[in-house]
Amino acid sequence: MAEITLIEGLRQAMDEELARDDRVFIVGEDVGPRGGVFRATQGLFEKYGSGRIIDSPLAELSIIGVGIGAALYGLRPICEIQFADFIHPAFNQIVNEAAKMCYRSNGEWTVPMVIRAPYGGGIGGGLYHSQSLEAFFAHVPGLKVVVPSTPREAKGLLKAAVRDPNPVLVFEPKKGYRLIKGEVPEGEEILEPLGVARVSRVGTDLTAIAYGMMHHYTLQAADALAQEGISVEVIDLRTLLPLDKATVLGSVGKTGKALIIYEDNLTGGYGGEIAAILADEAFTDLDAPVRRLGGPDVPAMPYSHPLQDWFLPNPVKIAGAMRELAAF
Amino acid sequence: MSTQVIMPQLGESVVEGTVSKWLKAEGQPISEFEPLLEINTDKVDTEIPAPASGILLRVFIAEGQTVQAGTILGVIGEAGEPVPEAPPASTAAHPTSPRPAVAEMPSPAPEPVREPAPAAASARPDLGFISPVVAKIAAEHRIDLSLVKGSGAGGRITKKDVLAYVGSIPAAVPAWEQPASGELFRPSEEVFGGPPKAGPAPGDVIPHNAVRRQIAEHMIRSRRTSPHVTTVMEADLSRVVAHRQAHKEIFARDGVDLTYSAYFVIASVAALKAVPWVNASWTDEGVVLHRQVHVGMAVSLGDEGLIVPVIKNADQLSLLAVAAAIKDLANRARSRKLKPDDVQGGTFTITNHGVSGSLFATPIINQPQAAILGVGKMQKRVVVIESPGDDAFAIRPMAYLTLTFDHRMLDGAVADRFLSVVVERLETWS
Repeated sequence: MAEITLIEGLRQAMDEELARDDRVFIVGEDVGPRGGVFRATQGLFEKYGSGRIIDSPLAELSIIGVGIGAALYGLRPICEIQFADFIHPAFNQIVNEAAKMCYRSNGEWTVPMVIRAPYGGGIGGGLYHSQSLEAFFAHVPGLKVVVPSTPREAKGLLKAAVRDPNPVLVFEPKKGYRLIKGEVPEGEEILEPLGVARVSRVGTDLTAIAYGMMHHYTLQAADALAQEGISVEVIDLRTLLPLDKATVLGSVGKTGKALIIYEDNLTGGYGGEIAAILADEAFTDLDAPVRRLGGPDVPAMPYSHPLQDWFLPNPVKIAGAMRELAAF
Repeated sequence: MSTQVIMPQLGESVVEGTVSKWLKAEGQPISEFEPLLEINTDKVDTEIPAPASGILLRVFIAEGQTVQAGTILGVIGEAGEPVPEAPPASTAAHPTSPRPAVAEMPSPAPEPVREPAPAAASARPDLGFISPVVAKIAAEHRIDLSLVKGSGAGGRITKKDVLAYVGSIPAAVPAWEQPASGELFRPSEEVFGGPPKAGPAPGDVIPHNAVRRQIAEHMIRSRRTSPHVTTVMEADLSRVVAHRQAHKEIFARDGVDLTYSAYFVIASVAALKAVPWVNASWTDEGVVLHRQVHVGMAVSLGDEGLIVPVIKNADQLSLLAVAAAIKDLANRARSRKLKPDDVQGGTFTITNHGVSGSLFATPIINQPQAAILGVGKMQKRVVVIESPGDDAFAIRPMAYLTLTFDHRMLDGAVADRFLSVVVERLETWS
């Protein structure tokens, strides 16, 4: 088995799907000869040519519009949004067209499109290169929202997304692109099911629920707490929409305590939905208040490094929140 | 409106501190954020600012005492405001204790100092906050929570505390022998009146009915006849659950309840076909392999016992027909309208003891059959999904299946083969 980076997992997924299915193509800014600003599509232009790896103008609205049109025409577009922060011009296309197509045509038309968007902070990207936007889209039925956290999941979930008959947004934790490495078997089809969470660490005292980069920090915090005799169960959600409620409820039913970690602004963030579900469906299993640890409610990720650190949850902050919850 | 001065947690791993000096005396005025006292932790002194403006009405923790984070140190309020004389109960009881144990932490101070407490599910005031899960466990096990020692924040009873208490109740001493002050159980003399009599009193005799006599006779005969051996497997019922979910409304349109039992009948039929030695009976001349598959389904009649109506030629029936047959037989069993023929001729029996919550059981063979399938309660369990290099946990609806078989004619390997087919049929249902 080879150890690869998260971004290499994404690259392999696209390479394999391009090879498997002629209908698959990639469109986005600089995805062609340049291989994408993060090099996620490196080498694909040389291999599949300009007909299938298409450099777009600097216009996210048209990237998604092209994707929707091609998908309706029977193709399988993978649209790359260079940074999730730039997805807003395409919001109308995604929410009003892609998400609703199957429903409003009574199942006759579907949009088998994948949108890849690097998200999240911690890279010194400041206001326009750090945003976490999952809550906007996880609010929209008709979309699937996926956040891989390991190379294996990056590969398996992206491949599954390409094969899904409906639009899938893949938010990729860009800080982990090269930081997160993991073993991925070679010469074997890696497919991870959409809509299934993963218990990445088994514990008894409390459940910590996270996704993306926060999942790694949460595991580190859980390791630290194990030294103190506090046993934390960690769930990597992997898919935010549809949510794997059974895994979340099953774990919290066992531990009685839940901490949800996300780097988006706290208010209206995705973790609020998990908290609401737990309050609603796990009330009599709860032994403590459901807690959220998120970013502060400030308009943007600060550019200054100390302030960026202040903004983002990290293993120390997560461990502190866990300790407090364990002691409740 | 008064404000409590609470011992803060001064570091991530610092859970206690010593009051080294009060900078204000009782009765002195103080402004918010003005230094109020000094706390020493690990040889470091930290000034604690006042959480509110007003008069330092009461100091509960004297200089030199070491207390846990979260302890109420004192109260700030307005002049003339009523303040509890005593600090929170347990601290008062051990004023010299340098380091109160967590379990002796004070419960929230009485009004008016106390902030509105979170709504407790079934709390008595002196128990502190009772979380929903603690209330649920206490109700389920009829625990008097005033007997449970709390180890949570402020002495709160945690889920672990109440579970440890449940586990500590000795099995040999039934709960009703422990008189307690809780509302949940009262001494039996209060319930039944009069002092308990010495020695067991003679009980009432309920005459046997015909069903009970027949069950007794049959059970003893079966136990004497067949050497019973039981083998256990478990089945992942995800696909069955999904299939039932997708089809039960369609079946309902035909007036049929699509029960899980129907799936177990179909799976058993597949296994009886694959392993015909199980669809058999012992005779002294040899084992009779039955040509027909007649599956009996145990139906509980409540206190009156149970009866096993038979689905004839189950191998020729669809899922819909099996479900319809089960409904018909069960209805007629419960309304006592079965005909003698309905309960005869079975070649194999299924007992779905899971419906009453049993996980697995070792049922007794219905003579002269070779085996009986026991179906345990379907429960969501965490299972390991194996995948090379990346095993994962998943939550799946699982059930234990047992096959109790007659070891005269069946050996373990054959029985296991049969049970494997049942499991495989259920797990691959489509």
